[in-house]
Amino acid sequence: MTAVSADGLDAAAGGTDRGDAGVDGTGREKAGTDGTGRGEAETDGAGGGESYRLHVDGFLRTVSGAWIGDSLLTVLRDVLGVTAVKDACEQGRCGACSVLLDGRLAASCTVLAADADGSRVVTVAGLGGSGLTRAVRAMFLAEGAVQCGFCTPGFVVAVTDLLTRHPDADEEEIREALAGNICRCTGYGRIVAAVRAVQAERGILPPGDTPTPGDAPSRPDGG
Amino acid sequence: MGGEVVSGGIGRSVRRPDGPDKVSGAFPYAGDLRVPGMLQARTLRSPHPRARIGRIDTAAARRLPGVAAVVTAADVPGVATYGLIVADQPVFAATEVRYAGEPVAAVAAVDAATARRALAAIEVDYEPLRPSTDPERVLAADAEPLHPAGNLFREIDIRHGEPGVDGPVVVEDHYVVGMQDQAFLAPEAALVSPAADGGVDLRVATQWLHSDREQLAACLGIPENLVRLTLAGVGGAFGGREDVTVQIHGALLARAAGAPVRIAYDRVESFLGHPHRHPARMWFRHTATADGELVSVQARLVMDGGAYASSSPAVLANAVTHAAGPYRVPHARLHGVVVRTNNPPCGAMRGFGVPQVTIGHEAQMDRLADALGLDPVELRARNAVRPGDVLPTGQVLGAPLPARELIQLVAARPLPPPPAADVTGLARPGGLPAAAEPGRVRRGVGYALAYKNLLFSEGMDDSSAARVRLDLTDDGTPRVRVHSACAEVGQGFVTIAGQIARTELGVEQVDLAPADTAVGSAGSTSASRQTWMSGGAVRGACVAVADRLLARVARAAGLPAEVVEAPRRTLRIAAGEIVGVEAGLRVRLADALAEGPIEADYTFHHRRTTALGADGQGDPHVAFAGAAHRAVVDVDIDLGLVRVVSMALAQDCGTVLNPLSLRGQVEGGTAQGLGLALMEELVTVDGVVTNPNFHDYLLPTIADVPDLDFVAVTEPQPDAPYGVKGVGEAPTCTAAPAIVAAIRAAVGRDLRRVPVRPQDLVDLPTRADVHTAGDASTA
Ligand code: FES
Ligand code: FES
Repeated sequence: MTAVSADGLDAAAGGTDRGDAGVDGTGREKAGTDGTGRGEAETDGAGGGESYRLHVDGFLRTVSGAWIGDSLLTVLRDVLGVTAVKDACEQGRCGACSVLLDGRLAASCTVLAADADGSRVVTVAGLGGSGLTRAVRAMFLAEGAVQCGFCTPGFVVAVTDLLTRHPDADEEEIREALAGNICRCTGYGRIVAAVRAVQAERGILPPGDTPTPGDAPSRPDGG
Repeated sequence: MGGEVVSGGIGRSVRRPDGPDKVSGAFPYAGDLRVPGMLQARTLRSPHPRARIGRIDTAAARRLPGVAAVVTAADVPGVATYGLIVADQPVFAATEVRYAGEPVAAVAAVDAATARRALAAIEVDYEPLRPSTDPERVLAADAEPLHPAGNLFREIDIRHGEPGVDGPVVVEDHYVVGMQDQAFLAPEAALVSPAADGGVDLRVATQWLHSDREQLAACLGIPENLVRLTLAGVGGAFGGREDVTVQIHGALLARAAGAPVRIAYDRVESFLGHPHRHPARMWFRHTATADGELVSVQARLVMDGGAYASSSPAVLANAVTHAAGPYRVPHARLHGVVVRTNNPPCGAMRGFGVPQVTIGHEAQMDRLADALGLDPVELRARNAVRPGDVLPTGQVLGAPLPARELIQLVAARPLPPPPAADVTGLARPGGLPAAAEPGRVRRGVGYALAYKNLLFSEGMDDSSAARVRLDLTDDGTPRVRVHSACAEVGQGFVTIAGQIARTELGVEQVDLAPADTAVGSAGSTSASRQTWMSGGAVRGACVAVADRLLARVARAAGLPAEVVEAPRRTLRIAAGEIVGVEAGLRVRLADALAEGPIEADYTFHHRRTTALGADGQGDPHVAFAGAAHRAVVDVDIDLGLVRVVSMALAQDCGTVLNPLSLRGQVEGGTAQGLGLALMEELVTVDGVVTNPNFHDYLLPTIADVPDLDFVAVTEPQPDAPYGVKGVGEAPTCTAAPAIVAAIRAAVGRDLRRVPVRPQDLVDLPTRADVHTAGDASTA
């Protein structure tokens, strides 16, 4: 857990770049300031007035005027502009919105943002560019674990969490740990391969258990 | 986008150029786009599957502070209806709603909460009518028409060979396939901005920019050139983004409000908002000789198109023309209808009509093998089509289609070890929460063989355009810029386009311009067509650029006119240079480009096909790809839970442009077939979807999908660029029937319905059983 939170904190610099990186060019909002223009302005009638603070990817962000019932996912995306966190089901069933909340893996759509007052939230954008996360990202690319990529931010967070807690997880444990993350494109084969490749690169893959090569076995012709 | 230089031409496992942004969270999807001052939109949908609309009162909604626009059918300035093939779907229901979830109004407001309140303030007087939800009843003589265009979207009747000729061995049965959803992970979204010239700009996640534009322009009543679309990041599609969803509503709101509008669905609305895979009811009758040669196949298909046409007519053509499967059939009668009901509209989903019939014809092949006492692999191999065979439509099958090799190859793959008593819970049916008793697990092995047409069919002159420009960067490095409107939805066209450009022009740096309507149509990202069609367009444009460049060099070097005319015979591009060995010429690409950039457009067409004529005869399909799956399953005979132990796939892939992409496509296609076999079904009760969310609509997880043992057969397709074939759809067609066959083999039940549910595998205790058990325990 300490490794993860350290990772999250030293990601601060990356966090600034990334916090708004998902925001479209023309509408670029300034990340790193407390709240955005929209966030400050948005009072949602139903329960406004509350104010709380979240440490998001190493930055202290103040949330005010959000509805008291807003999920952490909604506050991250719609109030703070952190679109690196994805919304796909808002029901805790797909893992697209995965973050580390005080070092623990959480589906941000199932957490009340106001309940997270004072917590450290680390998104994929704040995981940092070195060490384990860097290896996870690199192997997701090398092994073809990314197609549309909408599940990828959640998977990168979940895989980083898994390999932090359990670096030598076997295939069954990997599948169990990632069963909360839906990918509709890849069929998961390349995702398992990517996790195995990270373990291999870090010299912790159990012997004899090598990742499946990306290249398909093929015959030169139909014979 | 782009920016990062990746190296590698065709045939290599080149990485995605958009990959780095996707793993860091920086890649902007349509739902991530925000601009200052933008409004949030929401759509009001009918709760009734069928109702007359008396009055729609939006006055209270309009009066709410923060509401910028409310639009209904009365606010559609152009054509009131839209649709992919026929425009039969109202932009908003005006006088009658025909399915539960049909849009009635939309609002744009300063924030989502205000928009929600505005929806609640709209008053609609519905007079509910009795919905017609049984697709087998809507064509009855006394059935009420559900739409002015009637209840029949299309009927096809294929007659092949002689009527009434039968073999001595006969199997027949009914099969049912449920309604599957594409369930792409990123819900629908667009950012729509009104433009000063009276037009509208959309950034949208779609599969087909130019089709959207055509439908938008018609409904907005403005010329197409005033409707400009740019592809925003797309989080999966699988057919579900081929139809218009948010586009027209968003544009109407943006124009009414005079401000940019973000229109985005949540998961529930996504399930209600796009068409699904057609549910099918099918009857098949197969006859064969005593030694296992197919003599005749009869099929009758009823597909439920739901309330509006979408791509139903084309889906039906696929279903009926593939209904006999990739087998030699001397006599066939294949009949199908796709009908209108008050169920949710159905349209395109990966496989496009073929996965449904494959469930039927493959079950029939197994039963025939049973009746004949033959091995199911042997029966399939014996009857597999070969190039040159005449298909039931009269189409002569082109090469390559190695159907026989595919089923034999997959059968030869090593089987997994038998179930061990000591495996952990996760490796048993039920997984950790409900792991089966080891002694109560039965294993089964099943096979399926299918083929799937590639590209658009039935005489459509489909095409794709691309523009390629070769120039120098500011620091003098040669660079290729590829401009195509091909929608990248995750399949990897952005990777393939770069590989093609590098191969043809020998230039490392390839930038992809955003896909938009400023260039000609690339057609739809569907029908396994983009690598072939848009790959062909990019290649054609690259070749044209190369020819002009070589001619320029030949001219400058004073080579004879015939060389300038046909420079390829003498000169070639290799690794940043133009080389002419005989002419003793060697020019750096950068020097040749100093004179100025070279740009060319190219439009690729596939070979012409023909429409289906009388008796369903013609030459409807450009080409086919074959696939064969073998599934091994373990079934818990107490709880009826299934674990897929292993999947093997042999597939007819044509030339492989990117082995890693290929593997991703076939693994993803297999997983979607697994979902269809075991868990994915949108359930409707009286036309109302009861499970439009990820809690109740189950999708395969990483714990459900085993590693895929994959063999590619790579015989080139002669009329396709580089010999490619589309690869994404065929495995979706075979995975489901192979799994169902394996379950049948495990439990010895017929299983005529897909997805297979636990209650199809075990007899649920009846009331009497429960009472008896109770008596026994108290006795
Ligand atoms: S969006 Fe949170 S789990 Fe799906
Ligand atoms: S890559 Fe598309 S959902 Fe995983």
